[in-house]
Amino acid sequence: MIASYVGENDIFEKQFLSGELEVELVPQGTFSERIRAGGAGIPAFYTPTGVGTLIAEGKDQREFDGKPYILERALKADFALIKAWKGDAYGNLVYRKTTRNFNPMMATAAKITIAEVEEIVPLGTLDPDQIHTPGIFVKRIIQGLRYEKRIENKTVSP
Amino acid sequence: MSLSRDQIVKRIAQELKNGFTVNLGIGMPTLVANHIPPGIDIVLQSENGILGLGPFPKENEIDADLINAGKQTVTVLPGASFFSSSDSFAMIRGGHIDLTVLGAMQVDEKGNIANWMIPGKMVKGMGGAMDLVAGAKRVIVAMQHCDKKNNEKKVLKLCTLPLTGIGVVDLIVTDMGVMEVTKDGLMLIEHAPDLTPEQIQEETEARLIISPKLKPVRV
Repeated sequence: MIASYVGENDIFEKQFLSGELEVELVPQGTFSERIRAGGAGIPAFYTPTGVGTLIAEGKDQREFDGKPYILERALKADFALIKAWKGDAYGNLVYRKTTRNFNPMMATAAKITIAEVEEIVPLGTLDPDQIHTPGIFVKRIIQGLRYEKRIENKTVSP
Repeated sequence: MSLSRDQIVKRIAQELKNGFTVNLGIGMPTLVANHIPPGIDIVLQSENGILGLGPFPKENEIDADLINAGKQTVTVLPGASFFSSSDSFAMIRGGHIDLTVLGAMQVDEKGNIANWMIPGKMVKGMGGAMDLVAGAKRVIVAMQHCDKKNNEKKVLKLCTLPLTGIGVVDLIVTDMGVMEVTKDGLMLIEHAPDLTPEQIQEETEARLIISPKLKPVRV
């Protein structure tokens, strides 16, 4: 399992600490960039994130313009399971609000990307100017049934 | 009396400057948003993909698709934008964020910070913290001065926990006072109203340089 933040997930933490699950923790920005690079045909890149920490151990370190950076490798996968708001038969996707997060990068970095959408709309309905993930990255699309959007941390103003 | 959580975040809010783009960490740092001084106009960024974060929603405004990095339901202000994690960390790593406020388990006199794991005990993961400390122009730590439960000091000569970043912290605000990270070490610039510098030093492993302009925290 490769992940960035597993706080607030007690089962995961227990499995990791007991050695039941092998986990690689990755800084969130490094994580998204490794996936982006994987999808974009870039094998590795230098980043300032994690210099001088456990993350840097065993990695190439180089200075550019007097600042230290570490070399990070790209990430790819066999499958990506992503979720969008609307999609069409070409696999074009639009996300809603903060649900975009890692989805656009994940879509590009897998051999087979499967997108679940809340609504499949007819071709031509989505404005080409507003598409977040172009269909070339999506191999399967399904419309989910009976959506239940769960809120993990409901916080309201008085 | 040492400072309450509310007073700590109020003091940090005094560091906000007009036009700043600010990322507030999960937990106590988030509360800084409740105390933005009048006349100061800032934009809040949340690393899950928002610029222009607004207050928490009223019950009838809740949207499951609109949350902050701490997974809390939020709202956005006019002029807000949504984007991917990749764009979000381009803002962070690329030096476009003026200020970040983070919690910490330990800090030290070199400006090192540890806030993501206790080996064998607790693993949260670093989330965006390593990127934030590497990329934000200014890093402020909000924390309790000591771990009272385990009777351990947290402002140290050298952090003992796995680090989040080296030499990245600019300012530390605790329940006991405000410390600036300088090239010579930690300079105590403000103290909790009822505490003397000697009392603060006693709870601090790092040697404190007492600022000639030392004054009580005013919040």
